[in-house]
Amino acid sequence: MGKTIAEKIFASHLVDEPFAGTKVVRLDVVMCHEITTPIAIDDLIARGKDRVFDTGKIKAVIDHVTPSKDSKTATQAKILRDWARRHGIKDFFDVGANGVCHALFPEKGFIRPGYTVIMGDSHTCTHGAFGAFAAGVGTTDLEVGILKGVCAFREPKTIRININGTLSKGVYAKDVILFVIGQLGVNGATDRVIEFRGPVVEAMSMESRMTLCNMAIEAGGTSGICMPDAVTVDYLWPFINSDYPTKEAALKAFKEWSSDPDAVYDRVVDIDVTKLTPVVTYGYKPDLVKPVTEMAGTPVDQVYLGSCTNGRLEDLRVAAAILKGRKIAPTVRAILSPATPQIYREAMHEGLIDIFMEAGFCVTNPTCGACLGMSNGVLADGEVCASTTNRNFMGRMGKGGMVHLMSPATSAATAIEGMIADPRKYL
Amino acid sequence: MKTFGGPALFLDRADINTDEIIPAKYLNEITKQDLQPYMLEDLKLAGFDPQGEKTREARVVVSRANFGCGSSREHAPWVFEVNDITAVIAESFARIFRQNMFNCGMAAIELPKEKIDLLFSYAGYPDTSIFVDIAAQKINVNGGGKGEVLPFELSPFDKALVLAGGWVDYADQKY
Repeated sequence: MGKTIAEKIFASHLVDEPFAGTKVVRLDVVMCHEITTPIAIDDLIARGKDRVFDTGKIKAVIDHVTPSKDSKTATQAKILRDWARRHGIKDFFDVGANGVCHALFPEKGFIRPGYTVIMGDSHTCTHGAFGAFAAGVGTTDLEVGILKGVCAFREPKTIRININGTLSKGVYAKDVILFVIGQLGVNGATDRVIEFRGPVVEAMSMESRMTLCNMAIEAGGTSGICMPDAVTVDYLWPFINSDYPTKEAALKAFKEWSSDPDAVYDRVVDIDVTKLTPVVTYGYKPDLVKPVTEMAGTPVDQVYLGSCTNGRLEDLRVAAAILKGRKIAPTVRAILSPATPQIYREAMHEGLIDIFMEAGFCVTNPTCGACLGMSNGVLADGEVCASTTNRNFMGRMGKGGMVHLMSPATSAATAIEGMIADPRKYL
Repeated sequence: MKTFGGPALFLDRADINTDEIIPAKYLNEITKQDLQPYMLEDLKLAGFDPQGEKTREARVVVSRANFGCGSSREHAPWVFEVNDITAVIAESFARIFRQNMFNCGMAAIELPKEKIDLLFSYAGYPDTSIFVDIAAQKINVNGGGKGEVLPFELSPFDKALVLAGGWVDYADQKY
């Protein structure tokens, strides 16, 4: 009987099986940010165990509220910063070098096929795009990960989603994943890995695959996962070219981390996206999804382009192509948060930042920003935001605020019209 | 080991997310105790008052499917803990919230829908209390002059975490 990629990763990393159904696995990467890590650090200090299992396998960034906005967030940043310095964690990214964790860490080449990855952040599932098992955890799991380099899981079953057909103009990875979440429901993949397969995924860039995997958690999934292939090798090549003589050799090694043809799945879902149109969420759960045509004309107060879901260069290019030579509606305010400094600089060099600013966008530093209403871009009671982020929960972007999730293209069209708009007429 | 039981708070909706349990704007707090005033602040539910007497007196929460979905923030179990709520009983949980509860030595107990419905039939009595016996894997519900005993399933690992007082102590001894 064949194995899924998740089963292969679990088997190769197994440390202990304390009880039937519970697997303790060795961790390759433990990632930390300033919101969920400081309490773990303080608890380790209080226990007299202020140690880290491997300084090279721990990555840390200040990204949720940065630069700090008040004394409390400055204290959180300081606890993380002092800890990283104290332990000699070289992959620590502070103001000036920092960006959204799930965009920054892949960009630095930290994630490889076959890896196990945890972070005290639910969108850690993003990194499954590289053929890794990557799971969001709480602070206690993170604390044990920092101290011992292990984490316990109920070994997840896998839902395989075959994404067939071809994407129409104006339809992107974000539309696909919102549609998939709409099909599965917000708990359709609880205790499951979602394996994204099929020709549409194979044709996607790493950025698009990250957008897919990023929202696996919105269906309850433990990790999204894509099969490593030549696209994965090309993306990682600058970081691995001393490990493999050729790209072909790297590809051969990476392909070991693929599901076997006779692997057994919990469920297989076939989706044809040929007729899929741009979609938008309409309620307070990410599985409430409608075609943009049914939502067009809904007035918005703010447009937000950014986050670990859609703040990458590819997203900025798509939005800028629509905004070029156009202005945002006078009734709307639009905010762009490029996800990392590198994305910001490349967007500058390509002239994209000029396009956004000419159109009337405010461009912020790389940060999680408005997505979770913790720092900038917070909504007032009753306000509506068209957002490329991942959650539309009531109050998520500010008490009494409403969020409609959509692709970067749809958000750009919406910014121009000041109301939810179909991007296809601008393409 | 913690004790699990007392007055029950009934939250009659599926998919209650961790943003509703503790809004992101309070994630800048550095101690668990500082979260105490903000429990369930953004939850909009008919008849529910986050500052109400019933909420403040509760020691157990009963809810529906997919409780604790969304953000991984362990601040959600913590805000319950510092308000002396140590057990949540629901039809199902989101994975991260469920694990966070057990990792903190608290209990996230799943019951089938018909048993959850039975617990909700006690929601109208002012004196309803629920006690969770982890070792015996039984829930005692009493209210309105009647009572029931409901057995529940619990993974041996999660049971061991509760008995050990949480995952840090357990892992530190073992790995």
